[in-house]
Amino acid sequence: MDEKDLLLLQLLEENSRLTTQELAVMTEMAPEEVAARVSALESSGVICSYTAVIDWEKAGNGEVSAIIELKVNPERDFGYDRIAERLSRFRQVRSLRLITGTYDLQLTVTGRTMQEVARFVSEYIAPMDRIRETATHIVMKSYKENGRTFREKEGDERIPYSL
Amino acid sequence: MRDLVSRKAREIPPSGIRRFFELALTMNEVISLGVGEPDFSTPWNICEASIYSIEQGGTSYTPNRGIGPLREALSRWLRDHYRLSYDPENEMIITSGVSEGLDIAIRAVVDPGDEVLVAEPCYVSYSPCVTLSGGTPVPVPCVEEDQFRLNPDRLMERVTGKSKALVMNFPNNPTGAVMGREDLRAIADIVCDHDLVLISDEVYSELTYSGNHVAAATVGDLAQRTITLNGFSKAYAMTGWRIGYLCAPQEICDAALKIHQYVMLCAPVMGQVAALEGIRRGEEEKDRMIREYHVRRNLFVDGLNSIGLVCHRPEGAFYAFPSVAETGLSDQEFAERLLLEEHVAVVPGNVFGCGGEGHVRCAYAVSREDLAQALQRMKGFVSRCQETAVPLVHPHDLS
Repeated sequence: MDEKDLLLLQLLEENSRLTTQELAVMTEMAPEEVAARVSALESSGVICSYTAVIDWEKAGNGEVSAIIELKVNPERDFGYDRIAERLSRFRQVRSLRLITGTYDLQLTVTGRTMQEVARFVSEYIAPMDRIRETATHIVMKSYKENGRTFREKEGDERIPYSL
Repeated sequence: MRDLVSRKAREIPPSGIRRFFELALTMNEVISLGVGEPDFSTPWNICEASIYSIEQGGTSYTPNRGIGPLREALSRWLRDHYRLSYDPENEMIITSGVSEGLDIAIRAVVDPGDEVLVAEPCYVSYSPCVTLSGGTPVPVPCVEEDQFRLNPDRLMERVTGKSKALVMNFPNNPTGAVMGREDLRAIADIVCDHDLVLISDEVYSELTYSGNHVAAATVGDLAQRTITLNGFSKAYAMTGWRIGYLCAPQEICDAALKIHQYVMLCAPVMGQVAALEGIRRGEEEKDRMIREYHVRRNLFVDGLNSIGLVCHRPEGAFYAFPSVAETGLSDQEFAERLLLEEHVAVVPGNVFGCGGEGHVRCAYAVSREDLAQALQRMKGFVSRCQETAVPLVHPHDLS
């Protein structure tokens, strides 16, 4: 991993649709070198997937999402890994993290309605062995996701010419 | 009635782009590559530091030289980054932008009758500031065949017994040219041999894309006769805060300080507090912006060359300076027609002085999307021009 790799990662993180040709111009490398570096980053798992950041509220079929915190009794020999592995298999679980503080695991869960999210938590998550306590926070509004703010694009306030 | 306006004020030229400016304001969907400032907002931690300071009542005058912690932090920063050595107590002044720094620098060293060599093309204030201080500006053209660097031979041609100072700006607005250590050594010899003061505007120093910026005062014996000007506007996206700094040997600095205290008293305190946050904890955000300019430079210069506008590779600042010769238009015509027909604003090179004619300045301090859109529009325009361009051949040659 050198500076050129880092630059490629930063550019792709902002916009994963950039073509090899575009990346080559931007980074002052030959297209072949860009292609080789990107595929090496893919196969080593540094680049996990290419995805879009979507404002679902604006898309109209707004899903509801909730942040769920869990207190978990860790397992001998496995700690939190096995329960985390089971939780992560649910399609509804969008992200899952081990955290410090009052709770142990933090999940982001999405569903079509608030009832659906609530049912998922009470029927599948809460009853699992080793889960002692849950706290569910419904997301009311999202201001920023994955480093992107959802503000309307602000106009350019600069004057058209300045020397 | 007598003339109410002074001769000097009457004689300095008005802005060369007033007309374009007014035209652009009447138009819709203009993509402006005419703006000499970053498109980024000031990094938020810098704004927060200033907002907090205002809330705490930090709204008064500061010492003339500027707040001590800022000068001390800058002194260390300049030493670590550029190997410059300036005493924060006696050799630095925080100014209201580099514009003020340039003005007081010139007034501190120029007497009526002195000639001041000005490396052009350059920012438009240099020559008027010389005129206002009673001096005579003497332009020294930096031309395309030298990649717009200052050529020592051309400089020598214009040095006379009356020459007092040389003003130059690298990385350069509008050309993006950069001077390396070897380039500067040749200039240093001339400056020292002819006992000149060097006024070096280095406000784009952090926007250097290959290799490190070389501060003029670190070359040869220039330290004892150089005024280094720099500021926060470009690298930290802080144009509106108006914070620059002047560094010079104590004798010159003391003279500049007297002028500064009478005309400015001090730079705005809100800006100074913001700048202190920038120098202490702004490095990462600054580097992120510079990385983006670098990527845009690569995209845009490649794009210009591919649509038939020949452009040398600018190694610094955020300007491309392509030649418009291929279109058969003058820089003025090109800029005016491009604005009217394609709603893309660029600045004709002649407004930056000699060496600039036949080129236009395009600032790539706009989003990549807008750059791509601007290139698209320029492509159509250039190919239309080339279809109708009169070949640059004398009629007699056709027979």
